[in-house]
Amino acid sequence: MTESTTSTIANKSDLERKQIRRERISLVLKDKTFLVGAFILSFWIILAIFGSIIAPHGAGDQDFNFVSHSPTSKFFFGTDANGRDVFSRVILGTRLIVVMAFSATILGTVLGTSLGLATGYFKGKFDMIVMRLVEAISAIPVLIIALLAIAALEGRSPTLTVIVIGFVFTPNIGRTVRAAVLGESELEYVAAARLRTERTRHILFREILPNVLPPIIVEFTVRLGYAIFAIATLSFLGAGVEYGSPNWGSQIAENWGNIYSNVWWPTAFPALAIASLAVSINLISDSLLEIFEL
Amino acid sequence: MHKLNQIFQALTKLLLVLVGATFLLSLIVRLLPGSPADFYTNAFNEEDRLLQIKALGLDRNAFSSYAHWIFDLVRGDFGPFFMSGGSTRPTSLIIAQSIPRSLLIMLYVQIVSLTIAIPLGLLTAYRADKAVDRIISTGLFAGSAIPGFALALSLGYFFGVRLQLLPTIGYVPIAEGLGEHFKHLILPVASLSIPLCASYARILRAEIISTLRQDYVTMAVSKGISNSRVLIKHVLRPSSTSLITTASLNMGALIGGTVIIDQIFALGGLGQQITFAIFARQYIALQSYIALIAIAFILFTVLADLLIGVVDPRTRNRNV
Repeated sequence: MTESTTSTIANKSDLERKQIRRERISLVLKDKTFLVGAFILSFWIILAIFGSIIAPHGAGDQDFNFVSHSPTSKFFFGTDANGRDVFSRVILGTRLIVVMAFSATILGTVLGTSLGLATGYFKGKFDMIVMRLVEAISAIPVLIIALLAIAALEGRSPTLTVIVIGFVFTPNIGRTVRAAVLGESELEYVAAARLRTERTRHILFREILPNVLPPIIVEFTVRLGYAIFAIATLSFLGAGVEYGSPNWGSQIAENWGNIYSNVWWPTAFPALAIASLAVSINLISDSLLEIFEL
Repeated sequence: MHKLNQIFQALTKLLLVLVGATFLLSLIVRLLPGSPADFYTNAFNEEDRLLQIKALGLDRNAFSSYAHWIFDLVRGDFGPFFMSGGSTRPTSLIIAQSIPRSLLIMLYVQIVSLTIAIPLGLLTAYRADKAVDRIISTGLFAGSAIPGFALALSLGYFFGVRLQLLPTIGYVPIAEGLGEHFKHLILPVASLSIPLCASYARILRAEIISTLRQDYVTMAVSKGISNSRVLIKHVLRPSSTSLITTASLNMGALIGGTVIIDQIFALGGLGQQITFAIFARQYIALQSYIALIAIAFILFTVLADLLIGVVDPRTRNRNV
C-alpha cells in the first residue's frame, strides 16, 4: 500500500508534491470521520490533563454506606465492592493510559523509523540480518512477548511497560518505513543529493524522511490504537501497572467477577472508556488511511 | 518441480525462524526473576536440593538446556512440566488437553468470520458509497474498533447473566455432548469473531473496489455477463489474496494469543496455559507452547502462499 503511495507521487516535481500534501491536509481537516475521532480524543486528553480537578472523589476514597451501590446522584457511575466512586476512578484512570499509549507509540515510531531508514537505505547484508530477526519475532504473538518481557523484568511499573510496548512495535513500524524508503531511495532527488556529496545523515533525515512521513503518520495512529488495546489487556492481566491503581484495565480485572451478581457498573464504565478511546483513534487512523493511501 | 523447490526454500527459511525465535525465547525466560529451582524444590539440605535441581534438569546451562529441549521436541517430546519436590510430568499431557480446545476454537472463529465477512465484503464493495454500504461499513467499523474483552464481558453479561441463556464459564469436549459443546463456545467464539469478521470484510471490500476498476471487469460486464457472475467468477478470486494472507497470519495468534478470552470464559486453552506458565516459571513447557504457535504460524504461512497461487495464478511466478 505504502509503496503505491510513494510511486504515484514519485515522478512529480518537488512543487507538485508540496501541493498534493497541502491538499491532503485540508481534505483531512474537512473529513467527518477524522473530526469525530479528533473530538472524542480531545475529550479524553482534556480529562487526562484536568482529571484530578474534575473528579468529585479521590481514587482511594471509600464510603462504606455505599458498597457496590448502583449509580446515584452522589456516585454517577455507582461504587465498586470497596465503596469507591467508579466515576472518579474512570476519570482519574485517563491520564495513565493516555500518557502510556502515546509514549509507547512515540518510542516505537522513533525506533521503527530509524530501523526502516537504515535497512531501506543501506540494504545489503545488514538489511537481510535485521529482516530475518524481525520475521523471527513476528512468529510469536505480540501480547505474549510483552507479557514475557514484563514478567522477566519484574515490572509493575508503567515506564517499563511503555518501553516494552515500544520495542514490540518497532519491527512492524520498521517494515512499513523500510518499504517506503526502498521506493524513495531509487528516486532522482536522492541520487542528486548523493552526487552533491551530501552527508548520509543529511540524505536520510533531510531528503528521504520528509517524503516518507505520510506512511509514518498513518502507521503511528494505527499503532496508537493497538497500544491502547495492549495496555488495557496487560493491566487486565495484572502486568505492567500497580494493582489497585485507578487504571481502566485493572478496574475491569478487579470487578468483572461481580457482573455475575448483576453489579455491572464498575466493569461497564471503564470498558466503555477503553472502547471509546480506541474508537476515536481508529476513526482518526481510518480517515488518514483513506486520504493518504489513495 | 519449480513450485516444490520454492516451498522447500520457504520451509527451510521458516524453520530457521522457528529455531531463532525459540532460542531467543529460551534466553528471555532465563531472565525471569525467581528461578524454577526455588519454586519447585522443597529439600531441607543442600545435597537433596541439588539432586532435585538435577532431576528437574535445571543444572544445565542455556545452550545445553536448549539442545536437550529441541532434541526432545524433534522426537515429539514436549519436555518436563515441573512439579513440586523435583518431580516432573510430561508437558504433552497439558498440551494434549489444551491444544484440541484452542484448535477447535480457532477453526470455529475462522469459519464464522469468513462466512459472514465474504458476503458482507462483496455487498459493501458492489454497493460502495450507497446507503447499504454506509450502514454496514459503520457497523463493521464499530465491530473492529471495540476491544475483545469489552465485547466478551458485555456478551457474557447480557446472554449469561441477564437472559440466562448461555453458560459463561468452562469448556465441554465434544465427547460429552455436541449440544453442550457448542453452547459453551457460542460466547467465546462470538467475542473473537466479531472483531475479526469486521476486519476481514473491510480488507475484502477495499480490495474488491480496486479490482472493480480493472479493465477486464469492464470488459466482462460489457460482454453481457451477469453482474453476480462477474463478481464471483472474475472479481472475488483475484481480490482475495490480502484476505487469505491476513486470515492465515491470524491462525497462530488465535491459537495462543487469545489469552484474555481464554481467561474470561475459563476455557483452558493454550492462551491460558501460557499465562500460567509465565507466572509459574514453567520454562520448558512455555518454550514448547510457543514453539507450537510458531510451527502453526509457519505451516499456515506456507499454506496461504500455496492457496494464493491456486486462487490467483498471476502470482505463481512471483518470488516469495
